[in-house]
Amino acid sequence: MKTAGSNTNKVNPPLWLLCELTYACPLQCPYCSNPVEMANFKKELSTDDWIRVMREARKMGATQLGFSGGEPLTRPDLEELIAEARQLGFYTNLITSGLGMDEKRVAAFKKAGLDHIQVSFQASSADLNDLIAGTDAFEHKLEMARAVKKHGYPMVLCFVLHRQNEPYVREILDLAVTLDADYVELATTQYYGWAFHNKDYLIPTREQLANAELVTKEFQEKLKGKMKIFYVIPDYFEDRPKKCMDGWGAIFLTITPDGLALPCHAARQLPGLELPSVQDHSIDWIWNDSPDFNKFRGLDWMKDPCRTCPEKEKDLGGCRCQAFMLTGDATNADPVCSKSPHHQKVVDTVEDIGRIAGTPELEERPVLFRNMKNSKEIIKKKTTETI
Amino acid sequence: MLNDDVNEKLTLETIPTIAPSHRFQWEEVQDCHVILYPEGMVKLGNSSAEILKLCDGENDVSAIINKLQQLYPDAELDNDVNKFLEVAHENGWIKYK
Ligand code: SF4
Ligand code: SF4
Repeated sequence: MKTAGSNTNKVNPPLWLLCELTYACPLQCPYCSNPVEMANFKKELSTDDWIRVMREARKMGATQLGFSGGEPLTRPDLEELIAEARQLGFYTNLITSGLGMDEKRVAAFKKAGLDHIQVSFQASSADLNDLIAGTDAFEHKLEMARAVKKHGYPMVLCFVLHRQNEPYVREILDLAVTLDADYVELATTQYYGWAFHNKDYLIPTREQLANAELVTKEFQEKLKGKMKIFYVIPDYFEDRPKKCMDGWGAIFLTITPDGLALPCHAARQLPGLELPSVQDHSIDWIWNDSPDFNKFRGLDWMKDPCRTCPEKEKDLGGCRCQAFMLTGDATNADPVCSKSPHHQKVVDTVEDIGRIAGTPELEERPVLFRNMKNSKEIIKKKTTETI
Repeated sequence: MLNDDVNEKLTLETIPTIAPSHRFQWEEVQDCHVILYPEGMVKLGNSSAEILKLCDGENDVSAIINKLQQLYPDAELDNDVNKFLEVAHENGWIKYK
């Protein structure tokens, strides 16, 4: 086991480079994990910057590359970036809502060497999909999913699950079958960014989860070898946390639209990070030597209960962002863990939601849609608060 | 669907090829061959890589075994090659053409 922090032993190279090309997005999903202050970070890296980032990460050994955002399709240089990535030997993944492409562009990406397109859906029906997305998108998504198949890409459909769409897991999986998906990712909402503000709208009930699990199992068995279905129980409902990002600075390297390097796409909000920019530093230095990437690497940073816990190598203490958001201190155990003194908070949240789910008291609480206008308002409110 | 030929059986005439959604390549830093697929990677041992190199859409299984036999004249290959190809097929790395 690696206990970096001290640089005496060699750190494993990054395997995954996630390029968040932009925070611009035509959708307004309330579960979006982008930072709520995104209106402050509108300056985007240039094509040349991205190409340099990709070259350096590839040289270090990264093999998987994701283009995401926001909506990466809003970048007019996407074709050029894909071509460069492919030529460098990356397996290139485009993670998209489908808005901003047509069949012609799907074909152009293929020509540029794109390996895979992941199309996200908000739900299995137009009504609910477009309600959650905050815009009309469903029909176009269907069309794009078909185009993805037609042009010979492997297709991963991604559905982010939460209380509003969780009851429709069967319909969702039926839709995936109709669209002939190769992989289906039933992702759980993670409560960062906008999702954290919209927790009340998003947290599912235990009953919903139990049902979703059953239905998923049924489809997994039925479609064995034909369609891979990934489903993870949301960690709020468990008593051990997940090994977040497979470890801090272990595999994943995220670059934000404005060029900050992060060990996890949610880490921007953590206090005490220096947030090195790719405009000032090499990827090699950022990954191996920067204080940020070494901050929670390995086990040395832990305090009790994690420090003395026999399970510490299994989950590495869970998610740093969740620890910070729920306890105010990123070096605490992830409160999803029943050994955390803050665990009761998570239990209470789940129970409260379960008790009032379906009643107007909960369901009529306002939802904060993810858009630049709301972002600006949040920023304004925060600045007035600190004055 | 991932594998429309899941139920197909492997014979000596089968021509296995790397599935179009997957990539098989040498990785300098990892010092091994890998298979890449949507959002994932598997590192391969030497003998697995030797077999996959021959899954080029030209060789059928008996040709693969013959060619490997020339490289490793003393090895008992039939069983190992068959077993590996079946696992590779189950994982969706290869298609039976
Ligand atoms: S989660 Fe929704 S709003 Fe956020 S980037 Fe993705 S598509 Fe856009
Ligand atoms: S105490 Fe810390 S290391 Fe132990 S199981 Fe809980 S989160 Fe993981």
